[in-house]
Amino acid sequence: MKPKVAFFDFAGCEGDELQIANLEEELLSLLGHVEVVSFREVMKEHSNDYDIAFIEGSCTRLADEDRLKEIRKNAKIVVAIGACATIGGINSLKNYKDPDEVGRIVYGDKAKLFDTYAARPIDAVIPVDVYVHGCPINKEEFLHVVKSLLMGKKPDIPNYPVCVECKKNENVCAFERGEFCVGTVTRAGCNSCCVNEGTICWGCRGLVDNPNENSHKEVLLKYGLTVDETINKFRLYFAWQGRGK
Amino acid sequence: MSKPEVNISLHHVTRVEGHGNIYVNLKDGTIKKCEWNISEAPRFFEAMVVGRQWNELHHITSRICGICSIGHVLASLKATEAAMNIPISEQDLILRKLALHGENIQSHVLHIGYLVLPDLMGVGSVIPLASTHPEEVKTVIRLHRLANDMSNMVCGRTTHPQRLIPGGFAKLPTQKELVDLKKRLKDSIPDLQTAANLFKTLSSGFPDFQRETEFIALTDPNEYALYDGELGSTDSKSVPASEYLSFTNEYIVPQSTAKRAKHLRDSYMVGALARLNINYDKLSPLAKEVAEMFDLKPVCHNPFMNSIAQLVEVVHSVEDSIRLISELEAEGLKPQPDYFRPEIKPKSGRGVGAVEVPRGILFHDYTYNDSGACTKANCVIPTNQNHGNIELDMKALLPQVMDKPKKEIELTLEMLVRAYDPCISCSTHYLNVHFE
Repeated sequence: MKPKVAFFDFAGCEGDELQIANLEEELLSLLGHVEVVSFREVMKEHSNDYDIAFIEGSCTRLADEDRLKEIRKNAKIVVAIGACATIGGINSLKNYKDPDEVGRIVYGDKAKLFDTYAARPIDAVIPVDVYVHGCPINKEEFLHVVKSLLMGKKPDIPNYPVCVECKKNENVCAFERGEFCVGTVTRAGCNSCCVNEGTICWGCRGLVDNPNENSHKEVLLKYGLTVDETINKFRLYFAWQGRGK
Repeated sequence: MSKPEVNISLHHVTRVEGHGNIYVNLKDGTIKKCEWNISEAPRFFEAMVVGRQWNELHHITSRICGICSIGHVLASLKATEAAMNIPISEQDLILRKLALHGENIQSHVLHIGYLVLPDLMGVGSVIPLASTHPEEVKTVIRLHRLANDMSNMVCGRTTHPQRLIPGGFAKLPTQKELVDLKKRLKDSIPDLQTAANLFKTLSSGFPDFQRETEFIALTDPNEYALYDGELGSTDSKSVPASEYLSFTNEYIVPQSTAKRAKHLRDSYMVGALARLNINYDKLSPLAKEVAEMFDLKPVCHNPFMNSIAQLVEVVHSVEDSIRLISELEAEGLKPQPDYFRPEIKPKSGRGVGAVEVPRGILFHDYTYNDSGACTKANCVIPTNQNHGNIELDMKALLPQVMDKPKKEIELTLEMLVRAYDPCISCSTHYLNVHFE
């Protein structure tokens, strides 16, 4: 029997689910191996009987915790897809600001009607079995993860920094160009795609498990970067992972 | 004889981007309640960007929406460039227009091919169509992939693109890539015709419904306005886009605190149908032919025809992209250094960027201080502007269908919401409150 899969989304841009649609013809072959029982963005049908749950987006309000716990209860395997789900993502930027001020800026005197709290990754609420990192996810990596799960194997997700891939791609180092980059401590697996396209690594795949912070500090000192600049760049994606540090 | 009471409560309408709910109560043949509410988790982008630097804002605000991230980046860059008087070259302007065309094709094909088509075929999703109508589905996939390849080539990525930066591009496509793309665009015309014929045979599935409303879109004397133009309306004279607040007039309604917008009437509509209604004359020749196939001409007041207007725009975007690439080809693509950063000295000021994205007109409005940090931001999203119009359409549509079985009423209301192609996770302004 084909494994039953379901897709869910919380606070996010749904760009990761779009990457799955972007598999185009490959998605059709994938559909030969799984049965999609719930995917609100593309189908009307819904069932709570599923083996694998893919979750996109962060949890940003208490009310969503029950929905997440329900998904955990129903699924054998929970997969977090995309930075909002795996590390809290851009949403966590607001965690550094005074919540009253955040509400006031966007909704003025109606802000009190909001149900919201610090944005957090899915594993801050329920246990997560597998992570597909990135903002957005890489569709090839998603395929690799799904194939691994279908074969009962643990997917192979790199645990070394983006710099390794970036050097292999022969990019000119962002620091050498006078820019700031967080590829030194960010988990690889994206093939340094942003640097390849002419910009910098922003950190969307989150910190590697054991970031070499001392060596990163040395790099920052060598290039004369200030504490403020560093903190600002780290907050973009590492807000939740780096909290309290 | 009293009619049975009908209660409709559709939580999380399917096949739309984001979370929205429909509530209807019909009693004794009258509408007691008819609401279109949003239950998306709010994300507070306008607060998150305060304090961030001018060269990061487009990176952050592109995350408002995964489907129209190119449009958000372009609106963001235009706002920053307007605030700091940053010029862009003629070549970069053409490339940005290509980027926008790529996204419009991608998003429209996704909507009409994957989300609307199942309604017209009487199924719950595109998945069963893959086996019952493989050729049709493959045509949709080919067009979708072409649009994605186009965005990849111009922007470096389809979602949250990296090449687009203040003042230009961090990296350019090559002339060969552009010429190859032009050939593929030309080769796609038979697929476009197949798609148009398919929808023609199914278009009787769209309800025959009219409600007069105001349409708002960018307009330009020289082209079908997408990247730039003045703010146009079917009800009034155009104004510069920087005066958008006089058009959007956001307000809060008591039963749902999601912000809405109105201009000269109780609501207005933005999106492909609004653009077509205002700028019909500027459509490319083949796009006009497709519009004529469906007897779609200005001013069309049937919101269900928005999906057909999207089909017309796909054809326009393909034809106009071919023209734009020919222009670049004729001039010869000027190269630039790797990891290019235009020289920009940040300064204080306020700027508004307005762009037509797949679902309608999008505004980003930023204020910066001397050091280039953002002090204030406002983003007005197309779907927000449409919410009031969706609800008024529902109220006008209900009497037409209220004698039908409940399932049919539900489907018609869902189809109406889907016709607007709402993008609810563009959630800068949403909030989740149910008053019962």
